[in-house]
Amino acid sequence: MLKFLAFAGMILLAPLYFKGGYLMNVLVFVGIHTMLAIGLNLLLGYAGQISLGHAGFFGLGAYLSGVLTATYGWNPWLAMPLAALMVGALAFAIGFPILKLKGHYLAMATLGMGIIIYIVFNETVELTGGPSGLSGIPNLAVGSLTFDSDVKNYYLIWSFTLVTILLTLNLANSRVGRALRAVHDSEVAARVMGVNARLLKVQIFALSALISSIAGSLYAHTMTFVSPASFGFNFSVELLTMVVIGGLGSIYGSFLGAALLTLLPEFLRAAQDYDIIIYGGLLMLMVMFMPGGLVRGVPDLFRKLLKKGGANHA
Amino acid sequence: MLRLKNINTYYGKVHALKNVSLHLAEGEIVTLIGANGAGKTTILNTISGVTPAAAGEVVFCKEPVQALQPDRIVKLGISQVPEGRQVFKPLSVEDNLELGAYLRYRSRESKAAIHEDMERVFALFPRMLERRKQLAGTMSGGEQQMLAIGRALMAKPKLLLLDEPSMGLAPLVVQEIFRVLDQLRRETGTTILLVEQNAKAALKLADRGYVLETGKVIMEGPAAELMENAEVKRAYLGKDKKEIWER
Repeated sequence: MLKFLAFAGMILLAPLYFKGGYLMNVLVFVGIHTMLAIGLNLLLGYAGQISLGHAGFFGLGAYLSGVLTATYGWNPWLAMPLAALMVGALAFAIGFPILKLKGHYLAMATLGMGIIIYIVFNETVELTGGPSGLSGIPNLAVGSLTFDSDVKNYYLIWSFTLVTILLTLNLANSRVGRALRAVHDSEVAARVMGVNARLLKVQIFALSALISSIAGSLYAHTMTFVSPASFGFNFSVELLTMVVIGGLGSIYGSFLGAALLTLLPEFLRAAQDYDIIIYGGLLMLMVMFMPGGLVRGVPDLFRKLLKKGGANHA
Repeated sequence: MLRLKNINTYYGKVHALKNVSLHLAEGEIVTLIGANGAGKTTILNTISGVTPAAAGEVVFCKEPVQALQPDRIVKLGISQVPEGRQVFKPLSVEDNLELGAYLRYRSRESKAAIHEDMERVFALFPRMLERRKQLAGTMSGGEQQMLAIGRALMAKPKLLLLDEPSMGLAPLVVQEIFRVLDQLRRETGTTILLVEQNAKAALKLADRGYVLETGKVIMEGPAAELMENAEVKRAYLGKDKKEIWER
């Protein structure tokens, strides 16, 4: 809890340090990506089930919110939970048949699911605007306060992200979190312990999709524009990378992974055309030398450095 | 307490259990012996619902359970210690034990009662108390086996299914585990169905036994009788050879 309060304090005070500007916009994305990475981490890091289609759930949340508010004039605060429930229910229905699959086969099935959702965004032109996207999505507002600037959006997004972190930390340390890790390690043993592994996997898949959908709705209302390109296969892989680089089975790890993969390309702009090579190289190095992810690798690195320093003094 | 009637189980096209019938009375220890591939593990998995039977009946405490999911069966009071231990390696000893009480936590049973049972497991296996914060995967095979048994006991089972608890363990550790099973019977009257390769140790502990061969029960009777049976001696106890060595 202390760790969480310190973390929340740091997040809430960050804008004072950055004083608005371009970086605030990037930090808004860090928040959205953190939510997405946490959602996927519940599935991949805790329950041990892969998904290569999570960008699809993110997109569904964004489009459902977008279409309901921009085209049909709904209140965004009504559209967001409805979208989340619909996406969660959809994931629940899809989850039953596909989560029977394991390993590579599950990867293939979720990949297919993501691609189908992506094609739907592109082809249902009269509803989504097709490849040219959907514009005119309103900002979220509370009373007379409209979330239309980077700083306001920062606080909006991060309140959702912090609540997500708090709730998922709670879940991870509960009976359910323990059962998820058991299913991850040995499904048979978990089942003979009385864990309904099949149902639990589907439930966590649905919860994961629901979190992604809320992140999608928030994305739509901050950007006020969505297009299919943001929700393709590439983004699913990027989410997966965030989870793995940050640390499987760690909520704070998901934040680190999301922050690194969102900020790194911005800082690498200076290297111009070589940025993608450095980016790829860094990811390879991190996977090789920090297989437990940033959340475990960085403290280890410090410990090693301290040891070396100590040895030199002696 | 438990009765299997004409059970037939398949893995795809492989007919693994052929008309198997057996029964256990309350408080009994019954052992299943037989060679590899005889169907011993399949019988346990069929009872616990992991590999449901294609035909036949499993009756537990007068209730048919053959169509139930594993979690329902655990809830009714059958706990399995799976083959090869299958402890949750990345989890601590304590977490493993708490997972054994998963359904009790879910039905909001008082934490005090569950912790009392955990203390009872620690009393049976003092080694687990010493290692309660250690990760299960870092313990020795014997300790993992003790943990697997302790974890199954955390569900407060009426019937305990044990799948080869002696597998790959040193003789002294095997002795220790059989001693605990005996203690368990005397103190709590837990009914046990024990699958074993180590036929001698199993028959010594058990009240009755069934001998399986290629998915069929070929012999049954009181453990002491089976131990003296010439066929069982030859096939599973290696008596003839021992007599040759001793000469």
